[in-house]
Amino acid sequence: MASISEMSFWQRIIFLLQQYGSSYLKGAGTTLVIALVSTFIGCLIGFAVGIVQTIPLDPKRDSKVKRLLIQLSKILLKAYVELFRGTPMIVQAVFIYYGAAQVFDIHLGMWQSAFLVVSINTGAYMAESVRGGIISVDPGQMEGAKAIGMTHFQAMVNVILPQAFRNIIPQIGNNFIINIKDTSVLSIISIVDLFFVHKSVAGAYYTYFESATIVMAIYLTMTLIASKLLNLWERYLDGNDNYELVDKMDIGNQMHSAGRSAVR
Amino acid sequence: MSEKERILEITHLVKSFGSHEVLKDIHFSVDQGDVISIIGASGSGKSTLLRCINLLETPTSGSILYHGKDITDAKMNIYAYREKVGMVFQNFNLFHNLTVLDNCMVGPIKVKKKKKEEARELAMTFLHKVDMEQFINAKPRQLSGGQQQRVAIARALAMEPEILLFDEPTSALDPQMVGEVLNVMTTLAEEGMTMLIVTHEMAFARDVSSHVVFMADGVIEEEGSSEEVFGNPQKEKTKDFLSRFRNL
Ligand SMILES: Nc1ncnc2c1ncn2[C@@H]1O[C@H](COP(=O)(O)OP(=O)(O)OP(=O)(O)O)[C@@H](O)[C@H]1O
Ligand SMILES: [Mg+2]
Repeated sequence: MASISEMSFWQRIIFLLQQYGSSYLKGAGTTLVIALVSTFIGCLIGFAVGIVQTIPLDPKRDSKVKRLLIQLSKILLKAYVELFRGTPMIVQAVFIYYGAAQVFDIHLGMWQSAFLVVSINTGAYMAESVRGGIISVDPGQMEGAKAIGMTHFQAMVNVILPQAFRNIIPQIGNNFIINIKDTSVLSIISIVDLFFVHKSVAGAYYTYFESATIVMAIYLTMTLIASKLLNLWERYLDGNDNYELVDKMDIGNQMHSAGRSAVR
Repeated sequence: MSEKERILEITHLVKSFGSHEVLKDIHFSVDQGDVISIIGASGSGKSTLLRCINLLETPTSGSILYHGKDITDAKMNIYAYREKVGMVFQNFNLFHNLTVLDNCMVGPIKVKKKKKEEARELAMTFLHKVDMEQFINAKPRQLSGGQQQRVAIARALAMEPEILLFDEPTSALDPQMVGEVLNVMTTLAEEGMTMLIVTHEMAFARDVSSHVVFMADGVIEEEGSSEEVFGNPQKEKTKDFLSRFRNL
């Protein structure tokens, strides 16, 4: 076999793929798993924070203790959002992986640290998106819900959040794509993601350019597929634009079958 | 006639937004079967009065007695109260994530804890009443304003309320859709539904209501039977306001 320095660009790419193809794929898999799980957990965190941030306080009916607790949670959550949006994820990763052990004597594995960092980072971004999504639903619908006797939480669950969720799917997608790319910083805590594989392979043969080409192609493939799937999901959720008129003659007989209800 | 049960009794009701006193010492009552129209110039406090009655706004002071119990008392269960007091809004305020049918079922199921089948029957009954049963599978944004408002009325009725509040239910509608909504309201009035209606439709107020309240600058300037207020208004402000609608 020819020495690597004598190969052409494409030959080197083929060589790397033959030698390290499965490592690249494994790295890509790790990247994808971290991005997927962390985006999901991050969304849960974001929804929880966004929901708490939009709880209205009724000075007349809520007890002092309850108001104090809610107010305090809002301040803490605001601080969390600002902290994690305002610092680089690479620093957060180091801080949590090494800091937790040194300062709090909590020994997190690198995987735990990885999921934790990306999740709470995503959560901080999603919290603001969710709050925005909730606020953007016409407040008249909240009043409509209250007027039929719903509590704030019943109105949120049945009316506001489903619409807020639909409104922020593009942001969820955005965060997922950002996470696919940004997990690369986790190589600093030795997570063997796609970027880590790249660094090892490139370093071994001085094939930085070739390996970077391969890795970029893999990242791009993942993000393109992700955004296509998200698009399909959005369209699925928007459903059919048409609806069927129900024949008046049928309604008597069909009282129990006419119309599908989504209310559980 | 005097044996009708009293549903609401409002006394000394005041509502201020900051230093702006929008309602000043309001007194009035609603008896079972009353159809009361509230008329008055823009900004006179009509909407604020309705919103105070179902506690979408918190009254600054005064009391609102519902069957003798003061619902402004912090210990009252406002959710149970709101079940009994339906509201129809100028902008319909339907739930945009739900179909027409679900808009009318979600209240009975989630708030009144009714069985799904029972809720569906209730919803269908009232959607039939407002002539919208053909559209049960549609989403609100697929309907015209008049259709949306009729669904909103059915949604309120499906809660089987004791009294219905209407805040300018036809003001956001094109002229040709006003009639279809007013027809539904007229039918409800004839069937004995207790209603409190803020409206600029003077002909409707004159013909359908048993009682008319004229508001000006946050006070009830004049009230009486429809014949009294429209036929023989006593106060200058009332005459002045009604004169603008004389060409009806
Ligand atoms: N949330 C609020 N904050 C401050 N001021 C308010 C608020 N809601 C109403 N107002 C003021 O209260 C006054 C009465 O308003 P309201 O909406 O009750 O009038 P209205 O009689 O219903 O008028 P319209 O016929 O135009 O609907 C207005 O001057 C309005 O600016
Ligand atoms: Mg108004």
